[in-house]
Amino acid sequence: MENNKILYTIAIYSENQIGLLSAISNIFVRHGLNIESLTACPSALEGIHKITVTTHCDLHRISVITRQIEKRIDVVKAFLYTDDDLFFREVALYKVPTENLLNYAHFEDLIERNAARILEINRKFTIIQKTGQDESIHRLYVELQQLGAVLQFARSGRIAVTNSDRELVTEFLQQRQHDQVCKKSSQESKDKII
Amino acid sequence: MITGSEALMQALIAEGVETIFGYPGGQIMPVYDQLYDYRDCLHHVLVRHEQGAIHAAQGYARVKGVPGVVICTSGPGATNVITGVADAIIDSTPLVVIAGQVNVGLLGTDAFQETDVLGMTIPIAKWSWQIRRPEDIPWAVARAFYIAKSGRPGPVVLDLTRDAQIGMLDFHYEPIDFIRSYIPCPVASQESIEEAARLINEAQRPFVVFGQGVILSQAEAELEAFLDKGDIPAGSTLLGLSALRSDNRHFMGMAGMHGRIATNVMTQHCDVLIAIGMRFDDRVTGKMSTYATQAKIIHIDIDNAEINKNIQVYLGILGDAKNVLSRLTPLIAEADHADWISTADECRNTEYEKVISPEIHPQGSELTMGEVENLVAEYVKGEAIVVTDVGQNQMTAARYSRFTHSRSLITSGGLGTMGFGLPAAIGAKTAAPSRPVCLFVGDGGLQMTIQELGTIMQEGTGVKIVLLNNNWLGNVRQWQQLFWNERYSATRMMNPDYASLAAAYGIAYRQVEQRSELASAVEEMFADDRPFLLNVHVIEAGMVFPMIPPGKSVDEIMLNTNEWFEYGK
Repeated sequence: MENNKILYTIAIYSENQIGLLSAISNIFVRHGLNIESLTACPSALEGIHKITVTTHCDLHRISVITRQIEKRIDVVKAFLYTDDDLFFREVALYKVPTENLLNYAHFEDLIERNAARILEINRKFTIIQKTGQDESIHRLYVELQQLGAVLQFARSGRIAVTNSDRELVTEFLQQRQHDQVCKKSSQESKDKII
Repeated sequence: MITGSEALMQALIAEGVETIFGYPGGQIMPVYDQLYDYRDCLHHVLVRHEQGAIHAAQGYARVKGVPGVVICTSGPGATNVITGVADAIIDSTPLVVIAGQVNVGLLGTDAFQETDVLGMTIPIAKWSWQIRRPEDIPWAVARAFYIAKSGRPGPVVLDLTRDAQIGMLDFHYEPIDFIRSYIPCPVASQESIEEAARLINEAQRPFVVFGQGVILSQAEAELEAFLDKGDIPAGSTLLGLSALRSDNRHFMGMAGMHGRIATNVMTQHCDVLIAIGMRFDDRVTGKMSTYATQAKIIHIDIDNAEINKNIQVYLGILGDAKNVLSRLTPLIAEADHADWISTADECRNTEYEKVISPEIHPQGSELTMGEVENLVAEYVKGEAIVVTDVGQNQMTAARYSRFTHSRSLITSGGLGTMGFGLPAAIGAKTAAPSRPVCLFVGDGGLQMTIQELGTIMQEGTGVKIVLLNNNWLGNVRQWQQLFWNERYSATRMMNPDYASLAAAYGIAYRQVEQRSELASAVEEMFADDRPFLLNVHVIEAGMVFPMIPPGKSVDEIMLNTNEWFEYGK
């Protein structure tokens, strides 16, 4: 089993209800799985939140988990992806001592080469921001570490959008709106007959 | 404007609730105070422990097919129902549990009898919700009932804060039948049904294993018609029992660890296995990697999370059993599988000779569980609702009871909750007062929730309790004998004087030690509708056979302690 493990991304669209994140994380706990990253924020669809979880797992188990997540009442849809299905990024912030940077002759080159940005420089520390994927974020971390201690390092966790030309959640919600209208009108016509 | 507590009463009435199982306490007092005014239309059964309340509600729900309702207080009241919530989710039982909770301002402060009910129940409930404002009560109750009973049923927990109970609201109640993120009854695609029909029509040796999904979707008649037209033999899971009459000519009996040999062997020899409303529990499948690997498996289930969970199937059909079967039967050809069905004869004959006959007509002087349950089954002629506890009493009851009506076996299947039986029987009898309700329970399980004899006393619930008393935790003892070198660790059990107990609770009682007394005792027990405790002393070292040992394939079957079933010999 261990060998079949790869990094999967589950994109979860849900109503914004208290306890939902707990319900979802409990499913990972129950399966004894470590979550690599987790982000939660409002989606482009009004009232719908998007939770993105990444974890290393085998395909069978992660498929079961995805269906168990979607089974939660307030989860609208849960999709299982591999990296090939997605455009994904993370934001990383690095806090380093300014002195160490100033003593390094190729500092500007380092920032440019890594497509990073400087958010703040003061006498004590400098904050560098980098957007990228796992490897490039890690590479910059290693390089900065070689210049001296990285004081703090924070990563946003993965955010992702699909590379598909269909918007399945939008389609699903439109279908559900249609279902609701149909249900109401059939109920009304039933009421009339009675 | 009315109080939240009164809104709760009116909402329950609007949902058709007649009976509540519960126990009062500090943080639910406003609700109980209101219940006093509604006691004519809401019958409250006062149990002796909240676990009793929820198991009774489960028994009630399973017999009646409506959500069982539990009311309890916060803190320990709520934690005491948790076993029942876990039991109800795995056995798909609709429940609405309303637990009191401290004031909103005290949440998270370790206030007296405050505990994190949401945190504890979210993983094991179909839906858990905390009601903080009185105006949310109608919406939350309507949603709770819709979620509990729709699709694959399950338990819902409402954590009702004191503020919501005592605050005022403008009451307007509207039942809910739509939640956009929740599709309780997916409709199976026509292609999948046509594909299933093609597979079934091509099959030489089709076999059905059905589960409680047939009962939950009220597909009993559709299942019978399907089996008749396709001439397809069928086995049942434990919870599927009673969906088909036991004497149905296609019925091969229960599947799994202590199931019928024919059902288990046919599972391993069929070419198409049609699984209907069941979830391939490990007690049904035995060793999963060898389960029906020769067959193309069609799995019909309403719950998408069950398809390809334990067993990889050839064709998954996501839908309601009744809907799917009523569309599938017209597409299958009338068939004659007499030759295939007759291959079961050998299994049946061997099982009768080696297992059933020695169990129901034992040579020794001591009574066996099987003979007691068989005698009761002969006496009630399929009219009784059979309730069981967990263990040998349960497996034997499942094996030797005969069913003629659906919803007639109430048992804790998935969770295997000892102590379920007595309170569940109270709930079952409350749901169907005109039917005999017979509980088979061991001395271990009875003592787990024995306090509910008090509920029987107070309510006069006419439950017939057959105590299969062997002075052991029999099922564990059986495993210790077979698989743990006869090291009987903590399974020998002393019993109280049940005659005194029954007398203390005013319950009719009889003790049977001799075979010659059994028939008259059973007759006496069913002579009227009073509660009755029949204490039958059965053989101490009794064993349930046949048995598929844990980790073995379903056709590796022990007939007794030293004989294995050998097919084709």
